Amino acid sequence: MNDAWMTVLRRDLLLALRRRSDVATTLFFFLIVSSLFPLGIGPEPAVLSSIAPGVLWVAALLAGMLSLTRLFATDFADGSLEQMLLAPQPLALLVTAKILAHWIVCGLPVVLLAPVIGLQYALPNDALLVLVLALMLGTPALSLIGAIGAALTLGVRGSGLLIALLVLPLYIPVLIFGAGAVAASQHGMSAQAHLSLLAACSLLSLVLAPMATAAALRISVE
Amino acid sequence: MLAAQDLACIRGDRVLFQNVGFALNAGGLLYVLGENGSGKSSLLRLLCGLLMPEAGSVSWCGEKVGRASESYQSNLLYIGHLNGLKDDLTAIENLQISARLAGCNADTQAALAALKAIGIERCANLPVRVLSQGQKRRVALARLWLTNSPLWILDEPFAALDTLSVETLASHLSQHLINGGMAILTTHQDVTISARSTQTLRLDS
Repeated sequence: MNDAWMTVLRRDLLLALRRRSDVATTLFFFLIVSSLFPLGIGPEPAVLSSIAPGVLWVAALLAGMLSLTRLFATDFADGSLEQMLLAPQPLALLVTAKILAHWIVCGLPVVLLAPVIGLQYALPNDALLVLVLALMLGTPALSLIGAIGAALTLGVRGSGLLIALLVLPLYIPVLIFGAGAVAASQHGMSAQAHLSLLAACSLLSLVLAPMATAAALRISVE
Repeated sequence: MLAAQDLACIRGDRVLFQNVGFALNAGGLLYVLGENGSGKSSLLRLLCGLLMPEAGSVSWCGEKVGRASESYQSNLLYIGHLNGLKDDLTAIENLQISARLAGCNADTQAALAALKAIGIERCANLPVRVLSQGQKRRVALARLWLTNSPLWILDEPFAALDTLSVETLASHLSQHLINGGMAILTTHQDVTISARSTQTLRLDS
């Protein structure tokens, strides 16, 4: 694999390792938000398992959103973004390394934590499995689409809220297919159609989002 | 090699400069002078391709430089007024990362030698967060000892450096220019750098 690409990926993972508190915030946010619902709604298993897919997916969306503001902002502030722009590599390629690092740090832990939280919602085993699969296929799209928002709002005051306004509407398809997959398996239907569509969302954003992000970064840095 | 024609830059609704042009050949040094806010940094960013000119063009070896032309960028080393260092990484990690990103080979030994050349090898394993302003600048400038890019564009390279480091850097720059490299720099300090040809560009309204 490309040397510069590996360098960016390794750098971002190393930075996340050095600032573990940032990663922990995302994870605890997901944990707490999704634990509040059973506490607020009551221990009725039928109700809990029917709201579980939607609640868990919304919590995952919001948790991913939290860390998006930092995706490019620190690089922008300390000048390392300029160095990335001037690297003799396609910027879209380097951007995918940053997005992959973001997903490993913020998306993957949510995927791994989800079955534990799903137990609180009395989800049956096969629905838990579908939940993990759906998150695995869908969360990359969240990081990819979110990166466009992060790049567009770079250097703008109050960028955190602005990202949410820009990006959350674009997350709707992922939310529908993701929650739909789990709901389908709860009702004894096959989740395959939903999972395929989720994978399609991720693949489509893998093709388009890095280029859009790179273009947005160039504009923001001007 | 590097030529600029009729460059103009507008920031907001203010014309920073217009009709700026020069040609820089192997071994040439270009000083960009001007008071604060006269557009020196904008000119350098424009030459790198980080900023698009309002009018005019920049060309490298006869080929027009647009946004993201990789062949030009692999010949270019730019150190802006931001150091591009990560506070949580150590000096040597920072140096290796920025060198690799620019496509230079930077093993630990080469990186250590570069830090030693500019006199901060004892800070190599300290996080950049704890270094002083001048030390951070030196970590950023250590890239100049690892690169093999012919064109160096440096924004205030001597700012925050102590006299000894200024001399070290000036002699390294002279070495680069004598070997046929090119450099464009802004500075407010009086530094002697020997080059095959020296030009001065004054940006004043």
